[in-house]
Amino acid sequence: MRVTFTVNGRKQEADDVWEGESLLYVLRERMGLPGSKNACEQGECGSCTVRLDGVPVCSCLVAAGQVEGREVVTVEGLADFAKQRAEKGGCASGACGTSLQDAQQWQSKPSDSELRSRAADSQTGENTDLSPIQQAFIDAGAVQCGFCTPGLLVAADELLERNDSPSDADIREALSGNLCRCTGYEKILDAVRLAAARGENRTAGQGA
Amino acid sequence: MAGATRTPTNLTQGGKTDAGIGASTLRPDGTLKVTGEFAYSSDMWHEDMLWGFTLRSTVAHAEIVSIDTSEALAQSGVYAVLTYDDLPTDVKNYGLEIQDTPVLAHGKVRHHGEPVALVAADHPETARRAAAKIKIEYKELPVITDEASALAEDAILVHEGRDDHHSGHVPHPNIVHRQPIIRGNADEAAKKADVIVSGEYVFGMQDQAFLGPESGLAVPGEDGGVDLYVATQWLHSDLKQIAPVLGLPEEKVRMTLSGVGGAFGGREDISMQIHASLLALRTGKPVKIVYNRFESFFGHVHRHPAKLWYEHGATKDGKLTHLKCRIVLDGGAYASASPAVVGNASSLSVGPYVVDDVEIEAIALYSNNPPCGAMRGFGAVQACFAYEAQMDKLAKKLGMDPVEFRQLNAMEQGTIMPTGQPVDSPAPVAELLRRIKAMPLPPEQQWLAAGEGADVRALPGGLSNTTHGEGVVRGIGYAVGIKNVGFSEGFDDYSTARVRMEVVGGEAVATVHTAMAEVGQGGVTVHAQIARTELGVEQVTIHPADTQVGSAGSTSASRQTYMTGGAVKNTCENVREKVLDIGRRKFGTYHPAWATAELLLEGGKVVTDAGEVLADLADVLEGEAVDLELEFRHRPTEAFDLKTGQGFGHVQYSFAAHRAVVEVDTELGLVKVIELAVAQDVGKALNPLSVVGQIQGGTTQGLGVAVMEEIIVDPKTAKVRNPSFTDYLIPTILDTPTIPVDVLELADEHAPYGLRGIGEAPTLSSTPAVLAAIRNATGLELNKTPVRPEHLTGT
Repeated sequence: MRVTFTVNGRKQEADDVWEGESLLYVLRERMGLPGSKNACEQGECGSCTVRLDGVPVCSCLVAAGQVEGREVVTVEGLADFAKQRAEKGGCASGACGTSLQDAQQWQSKPSDSELRSRAADSQTGENTDLSPIQQAFIDAGAVQCGFCTPGLLVAADELLERNDSPSDADIREALSGNLCRCTGYEKILDAVRLAAARGENRTAGQGA
Repeated sequence: MAGATRTPTNLTQGGKTDAGIGASTLRPDGTLKVTGEFAYSSDMWHEDMLWGFTLRSTVAHAEIVSIDTSEALAQSGVYAVLTYDDLPTDVKNYGLEIQDTPVLAHGKVRHHGEPVALVAADHPETARRAAAKIKIEYKELPVITDEASALAEDAILVHEGRDDHHSGHVPHPNIVHRQPIIRGNADEAAKKADVIVSGEYVFGMQDQAFLGPESGLAVPGEDGGVDLYVATQWLHSDLKQIAPVLGLPEEKVRMTLSGVGGAFGGREDISMQIHASLLALRTGKPVKIVYNRFESFFGHVHRHPAKLWYEHGATKDGKLTHLKCRIVLDGGAYASASPAVVGNASSLSVGPYVVDDVEIEAIALYSNNPPCGAMRGFGAVQACFAYEAQMDKLAKKLGMDPVEFRQLNAMEQGTIMPTGQPVDSPAPVAELLRRIKAMPLPPEQQWLAAGEGADVRALPGGLSNTTHGEGVVRGIGYAVGIKNVGFSEGFDDYSTARVRMEVVGGEAVATVHTAMAEVGQGGVTVHAQIARTELGVEQVTIHPADTQVGSAGSTSASRQTYMTGGAVKNTCENVREKVLDIGRRKFGTYHPAWATAELLLEGGKVVTDAGEVLADLADVLEGEAVDLELEFRHRPTEAFDLKTGQGFGHVQYSFAAHRAVVEVDTELGLVKVIELAVAQDVGKALNPLSVVGQIQGGTTQGLGVAVMEEIIVDPKTAKVRNPSFTDYLIPTILDTPTIPVDVLELADEHAPYGLRGIGEAPTLSSTPAVLAAIRNATGLELNKTPVRPEHLTGT
């Protein structure tokens, strides 16, 4: 079958999709977006977390066909997504989330990102524009092997979108669906606290 | 690699020259990892690639009567189906130390999930469905699952006709290796004891549960060889095992490390490397294999489950008199790292204490349980669980404080190990205990912190809302452990580093090329820091790890910063001398200090030790590059005597101590760990941020085994019951407490920069500290990991 949906602000089409294929498989193997990780294939580890019409989901448990006509944000689009949210004033009330309408209206600006990729360090991605949560994960030492990182970033970004000053208990509750085996979670908590303290409107790289 | 769009890349990091050792420099791969761009082994992709799938045995012990692959081969989209009969050469087994593991089962399967056949197809689901059409007829055999069944008079030998180097000295062919240690006279010393305590302890089978499952890509080369992109802990060890069974010389198997999603010992053994290569060479197409989580539980070895019998004595003033212990590790169907795990378990079975009279025996069994091998802590973990329980029992019996009792018996620099080896660098065991005891305790009844009503998220049971504080009892427990660093027992444990220094864009830069497996620990960060410190450059490029450079040894045994870090330091020092030679040749006549002063490379310049600038490195290196590849070795060790266990067996020791604070819902048997405080001596923290991250991560794996983690193997069938993250639970962020870390830096003069390997020690004492805290809360004896609710409620 053919599946058409929006990924990181761009319309994408996949052909010859087998009915049993997950959204995760289509993203990774058919759309060249391997950032979302496959670590358990049964919704236990959260490594494949993406936003589906704004809602964090385990993309391994979403059939590709269910995404027809909908809006997906992956870790690859997180920086653009956060930037556009900040430009729109973010979530001043602290509890608004992304409405379906907002999520569907969101568009990335490819020309910007192409410009950025030319300016960035070609090897390490240094000087790449990052979302506050991405920068905070690097600065706080929350990345070791990094396999859980994409899913945690998407989940943590969504938490900060609806709660800009979460308590530790809030952070733990929001990230309890994302397994990490390397860090013992302490530096992940540090990263979310850091991103919350820096706030949405501060640009990347300030904490380095 | 032509046609490949995703492969490992150089990591280039700028940075101030003060981002050398001792600084919390950020990871050079951090940006790639947070943007999803980092190329993990499961992300490898190649035009026209096929997907491989491994068919595994559904029974633990059986003769293979027949295999029929015809239906699978007839399936549309299938390119190849391979069984034992398709193996290309006479070499059909591999293994880390003993080559007892068949590439594909031949005549017999010895454990549940053993690879029997391989399929390559154009879609992973096609490969899976084709594999399901392979018909295998088994004739089941009785299973060996424990010491009694392994050593029974009529026991089937797991491996007939053993001729490995341990087969001659073991008391039974179903024992992989046995290591006794006898020192002093334990029976005589026991007569001096005023109290004697003994216990039997059971340690469950733990899984490494790295997040990135086994995966990789094999690309057939035009020369008949193969290019392999895989996640492993030791490229050159893989290479030595892969090339012979493919019938290829080592130079035709070119390996590149891809992104590794954690390891923890579970990638020391071969998983999909040979299988993907066989399929690629057979089909002439690139083949990718990615295990799912279910298969991953069968795709790597686990931590040895163990039974440990311990007897200690002490005088009434609290001095240990003697130790007798016997440790039985279940190695499962294949040897893997079992012999070395036996060596560790026996030589570290006393713990970080002074005991002169010991009688120790450790063995590893062959059985039909899942193969067990390396996991973080490697034999020392199981022993620490037992000796720390014993310390608490002794203290209790003597009416002493458990920390003071430990401090009274703590080893220090100069203590003689049970192997006769003196501890010849700092061993601050008593000090680490003092530090964790001195840390402030977390406030009681934290669930009331928010004011009105209980925040159930701070309580045992959490959001299940099972208590608002009633029936909840607090407990506190302490533990300390000792781990060896580096490969022991006479192993020639070396690392190689190639360092190139040249001018690029008018700036002196360095490139570091090693085969070190970066598995998340941050070796790449440290290598760049070392190059900056030694060469005075800002920009350092880390070349992808591959087999085009000499071996870096394994990313295990807490050894990589010591060994490959040491190799980078050593090569940099030699590069520096060459650079200074060039400088002397080019500029020596302009300034006498070139000949007379001690010269350093700092801030992109050659400077004298008095700080005078002699030249820009860019000018010295203009038109010339320095490029060296050198090996680095730690001091030699020797094997343990097979009868007495005596020998200078270990390179270095590493110590950590934990204090656990738990709250237990005694009615439901639910445990909430509130805090796990750690103190660890790291010798020298090359990157303090990474050091703390390692300590917290290791601590959490110890917590997991204390209260939740165990691979459950059916004792009647030897089949694995819980191969999934639904049934094998690892700590989530809700299960993990705050982990305050106190880092001590007492230099080891034998090691580069005085550093101490740190990765494993925190995994040892975490588990017994949590157990001690639960015992303290409940008054129960609790001699088994993990502690489950029914152990606390008696239901």
